[in-house]
Amino acid sequence: METKKTSLYQLHKDSNAKFVEFAGYQMPIQYSEGIVEEHKFTRNHSGIFDVSHMGQLFIYGGEDLIKDLEKIFPLNLKNLKLNHSKYSFLMDKDAGIHDDLIITKINEGFLIILNAACKDNDFKILKELLNEKHKMVLDVNRSLIAIQGPKSSQILNEIVDEVKNLNFMSGNWFLFENQKVYITRSGYTGEDGFEISIPNNFADKLTRELINKGSKLVGLGARDTLRLEAGLCLYGHDLDKDKTPVEANLKWAISKERISKGDFIGSDIIIKQLTDGVSKIRVGIKPEGRIIAREKTKIFNQSDVLIGEITSGTFGPSVNGPVAMGYVENEFSKKNTKVFLEVRGKKHAASICSLPFYKKSYVKGANQ
Amino acid sequence: MSEVKYSKEHEWIKLEGDVATIGITKHATEMLGDIVFAELPEKGSSVEKDGTAGVVESTKAASDVYTPVSGEIVDTNQAIVDDPSKINQDPENSAWFFKLKIKDPSEMDTLMNKDDYDKFAKETSA
Repeated sequence: METKKTSLYQLHKDSNAKFVEFAGYQMPIQYSEGIVEEHKFTRNHSGIFDVSHMGQLFIYGGEDLIKDLEKIFPLNLKNLKLNHSKYSFLMDKDAGIHDDLIITKINEGFLIILNAACKDNDFKILKELLNEKHKMVLDVNRSLIAIQGPKSSQILNEIVDEVKNLNFMSGNWFLFENQKVYITRSGYTGEDGFEISIPNNFADKLTRELINKGSKLVGLGARDTLRLEAGLCLYGHDLDKDKTPVEANLKWAISKERISKGDFIGSDIIIKQLTDGVSKIRVGIKPEGRIIAREKTKIFNQSDVLIGEITSGTFGPSVNGPVAMGYVENEFSKKNTKVFLEVRGKKHAASICSLPFYKKSYVKGANQ
Repeated sequence: MSEVKYSKEHEWIKLEGDVATIGITKHATEMLGDIVFAELPEKGSSVEKDGTAGVVESTKAASDVYTPVSGEIVDTNQAIVDDPSKINQDPENSAWFFKLKIKDPSEMDTLMNKDDYDKFAKETSA
């Protein structure tokens, strides 16, 4: 199968991107300045990320759709206000995670942002679960551009008037060049920022204007170091079908009211785990010194017994040191527990720590 | 001045008397990206030609550093361990990795000169 290109491919090329194949797409891993500079520029100024490979799934419907989606997602969707977003999961009956996603209530129904590698399978699963009752469109005619970092609100507002008034985890339709763009205040970096769903033909123009106003393109490499410092999960690494949201320490994302009713896919296991506890759980891990412990690194306790495995690990440019997350047996998950990481045959000291590694600076509400 | 030679694993080596200074090439650093971690061999240890003699890691991945010749490690460059970004800044000079007392000077003959290495680097990265 030929690798796909996003609408920004030419711009990436013009910007000296190094490309990598990701989920069937040619995507920029970094540009000339490199991952560390791109990371820091996002934290201090504003970075633009092409995330057009992600799925933009529109599902159309009203009351009926809300009822049907509540059988699937552990969310109180009937109380979700228009243009508000929630983080959630598509689970199997054992509460294993097919995908993690952001679902937003829009006028016509819902917009769900899906991981690139999962989107086609998600579409199939949802279509089956919804019995083809509701119109579903995995929109390939729209690009998705994220702009993240403290200067992003000011920069985007120069191009899209009033966008700075959006609250965190909410969105709205705006106009760019007379085109309808849906913008949410959200992201995957731990910084204030926006995600812009825009017709493919206008993605390049918008991005070039954002660059002209002082933002810079940032590749998938820095996207990974930014999200890991922010303690955010990456599907296929920190989350997969063998892990549940409770094990992933994401129970905050499950609606309490929905748990008490227990009528969504996977709810039996979720309720059991919330009552009885879990045997393994996701934690932050801070190696001592500079050693980098990457995915699949084995974690040992002080008696040299294997207690878990790292699922994401890298060097955090803003932390200026190594950062990691992984799953350990529950009894070793307390903050400051000393553990050992086996890297290239040697054991290195580390400790369990709380997430994020880098403090978030989300805008709680521009109107508050 | 002695001639600098190059290996297919993208190390450079400069021989002065029977002591060789070894590091990684600029081309290697460009392929690796930002280097954020370096591990060096133990002083006094013996290393064999083409064997592992250290590790560098970028934000993306870890890569082994090999020694292009055999010998005994007589010195290591702690400055690049303390600040690995120096490797990106000055790879073929101040950011050397280790010095070794060479065992077999004829091993130097198996390595490339600058022109051959530049050609090799260009071909292999194309």
